[in-house]
Amino acid sequence: MNYNVEVKISLKKGMLSPEASTIEKALALLNYEVKNTQTMNIIKFTIDAENEDIVNKNVDEMCQKLLCNPVIHDYEITISEE
Amino acid sequence: MTDLTDVNVGITRFPGTNCDRDIAYAVDLVGANSHYVYWNETDLSKMDVIIIAGGFSYGDYLRAGAIASITPIIDAIKQFAKEGKPVLGICNGAQILGEIDLVPGLFIENENARFICESRKLKINTTRTPFTKLYDKNQIVEMPIAHKEGRYYTEDLDSVIDNDQVVLTFEDGNPNGSMNGITGVCNIEGNVVAVMPHPERAAEDLLRSHDGLNFFKSFID
Repeated sequence: MNYNVEVKISLKKGMLSPEASTIEKALALLNYEVKNTQTMNIIKFTIDAENEDIVNKNVDEMCQKLLCNPVIHDYEITISEE
Repeated sequence: MTDLTDVNVGITRFPGTNCDRDIAYAVDLVGANSHYVYWNETDLSKMDVIIIAGGFSYGDYLRAGAIASITPIIDAIKQFAKEGKPVLGICNGAQILGEIDLVPGLFIENENARFICESRKLKINTTRTPFTKLYDKNQIVEMPIAHKEGRYYTEDLDSVIDNDQVVLTFEDGNPNGSMNGITGVCNIEGNVVAVMPHPERAAEDLLRSHDGLNFFKSFID
């Protein structure tokens, strides 16, 4: 079975994000006052596996080994059948 | 001066590495032998020292150093370091050493989100490493920095300080927002050193400073 996977990676809460604060300041130049700006990366792919548990286990390993650095990142995995 | 003619220095090349030739120049300048070692090599037994060169390995995709950190040569470098042999990571090399946990902490995006390229005054905090032993403790040196991801971050600052793992700190100000102005750290044993500044770009007076040359002179007892 093919599964669609989406991994959403963001800096841990409370960590300074220079990209987010730069965007917030730029929006202020356009007179939009916003707060709590965050940026995140989304990585999407399709994977063939027997069941969703296996997909979840594999993707979690991918996050730990490569896609994220657990010291600074939080990640969220979403899986759906293709 | 120590005779370095028998010393073989492996300089890493990943796709996107761009400081390799500058480092080879500095290594040859002190009389040692420079060799390029590639991302897919697994045998470093002929090398006495490994230098992980700076640049933008794999386009800095995912994070600076992330993709380089899973290449075959990294396992060889981990083994090399485990044997107590000297490993130096400069700039992108320092980011890679953070990614593979050979040194504590990480180098992440600068506080001001800018690429900073300028000469900075730095303090040598420890002389117990193979790369800093020819300096005096607390000596002030000048070397260039050139990075956008150089902000030192660790979850365990106290232990880094208590274990004498701080190698370099910024002396005037803190251009990238690093914790305690730290811009160079080593492992507990001291044989693996990660520095964001570029000693190879301060290797002769033509480059305005030769303060970095001792990093290359002091590899071997």
